[in-house]
Amino acid sequence: MTELDSKSVIAWLRLLGEVYGQKKDYLTDLDAAIGDADHGANMARGFAAVATKLDALEGKDIGTIFKTAAMTLLSTVGGASGPLYGSFFLQAASVANNKNALTAAEVGAALDAGIKAVVSRGKAQAGDKTMLDALLPALAAYQEAVVGGLVPGLQKAVEAAKAGSAATKPLIAKKGRASYLGERSAGHLDPGAESSTFLLDALLTTASQ
Amino acid sequence: MKKLINSPENLVVEALHGMEAAHGDLVKAHFEPNYLVRADGPVKNKVALLSGGGSGHEPMHGGFVGKGMLDAACPGAVFTSPTPDQMYEAGKAANGGKGVLLLVKNYTGDVMNFELASDLLKADGIDVESVIIDDDVAVKDSTWTAGRRGVGTTVLAEKICGGAAEAGLSLKEVANLCRKVNAQGRSMGLALTSCTVPHVGKPTFELPEGEIEMGVGIHGEPGRTRMKLKSADELTAMLMEPIISDIPYKSGDEVLLFVNGLGGTPLLELYVIYRKAAEIAKAHGLKVVRNLVGSYITSLEMAGTSITMLKLDHDMKKYWDAPVKTPALRWGL
Repeated sequence: MTELDSKSVIAWLRLLGEVYGQKKDYLTDLDAAIGDADHGANMARGFAAVATKLDALEGKDIGTIFKTAAMTLLSTVGGASGPLYGSFFLQAASVANNKNALTAAEVGAALDAGIKAVVSRGKAQAGDKTMLDALLPALAAYQEAVVGGLVPGLQKAVEAAKAGSAATKPLIAKKGRASYLGERSAGHLDPGAESSTFLLDALLTTASQ
Repeated sequence: MKKLINSPENLVVEALHGMEAAHGDLVKAHFEPNYLVRADGPVKNKVALLSGGGSGHEPMHGGFVGKGMLDAACPGAVFTSPTPDQMYEAGKAANGGKGVLLLVKNYTGDVMNFELASDLLKADGIDVESVIIDDDVAVKDSTWTAGRRGVGTTVLAEKICGGAAEAGLSLKEVANLCRKVNAQGRSMGLALTSCTVPHVGKPTFELPEGEIEMGVGIHGEPGRTRMKLKSADELTAMLMEPIISDIPYKSGDEVLLFVNGLGGTPLLELYVIYRKAAEIAKAHGLKVVRNLVGSYITSLEMAGTSITMLKLDHDMKKYWDAPVKTPALRWGL
């Protein structure tokens, strides 16, 4: 696949509904260790709600699909993840308006817009032990590898996200509920970095088919 | 997990139906999005007070909807912030034309969701002020954390600001009073047991028999230290000292002392705590002129307590004493 068309975007979001359903307990267990044990349930609830909207989005442009996903996540996820993932898709939509397919470069622009929205909403930086520790290196890796095409770009992005997420383990959290733990937050993976990695991994799976 | 529920998914909605069935004279429930509003609202020419947060802290916030306190409350899933669409619809429904004050507890999710709701309400031309409550001295207040958590002072701020709004103060005035209450209120809690979030099914944290979590948060967030259980008097002193040392009190200052149960601790024990807390306040030269004892901001079935102390001024006392008629707090009527 050289472009991400609207059918693939719908397939990606549908896959995310399944992925977060399967990873619900895993993400909740991670969150129980350093947060408030709701991340898995929140993500599963939100993306299950998105999945119910997908049939009606067949044939729509990608901007509309992303915007619908954003509004659904904002109103169903709650916690910090709702505004963060909602803002991600809302700003990604701004790059995808009226488009039925995104080139590899446009996928990069959508990721860039979405991740910038996460930065501005959450006011976190790299190394704060948040979803950005997966997303920022993933974006950089994608931009570097994208000359080779969409799938190679996403492969590098997912590798970087996985490495970034794994690297959150020793970090001391500086944002969110985990920050209350101070040094006790070290030694645990950040649930948001993990759920962000699943998001990109599912995009790679979809784009590779 | 042993709980009196039908299903974790329907818990919040069924409880809202129950609130309305029990207190239909005071509150009206709205579904999809979920919120509670005053049955006699919106009250014309009165600042509307809107709060909300994850469920599991009952009676906060829904139990404080009614005359003299909140105009609307938005419950999220258990321990999860409500969403901007709930707050937006509740804000519109509660607005009596004099603006809406959003009372927000300082948790990352709550703050972000309320920010979005504030933007949505302002886009409709509604005046909005937001006050973030962050009174938990167990958390170090630094730029390196999400800041102090919002706990017991929230209840006091909702009552005092509700009284002020009822007395006809403007949105700016009520918001400034709320900021002052937050600035002068301090809390700290401890847990004897963990709690189980219904859709998780197992305890949020493990606490061995004979150990307590000192400085616990209302979602079971770990506190300052884990330690051996001590006597009620010793533990009360350990909660009171950080609270008293955090504000520059003068001898003779008047305070409100609030001893709160976290859900699984009997009132009998709370009064034992209150007795010692009042004694410690007195020993520091503080005059306890108002108080509240009971379970008002809880953490599901967690056993434990939190203590909140609020330095009072004339206005705060007046609005604390003002009539209130809500499912959970009623006096003067």
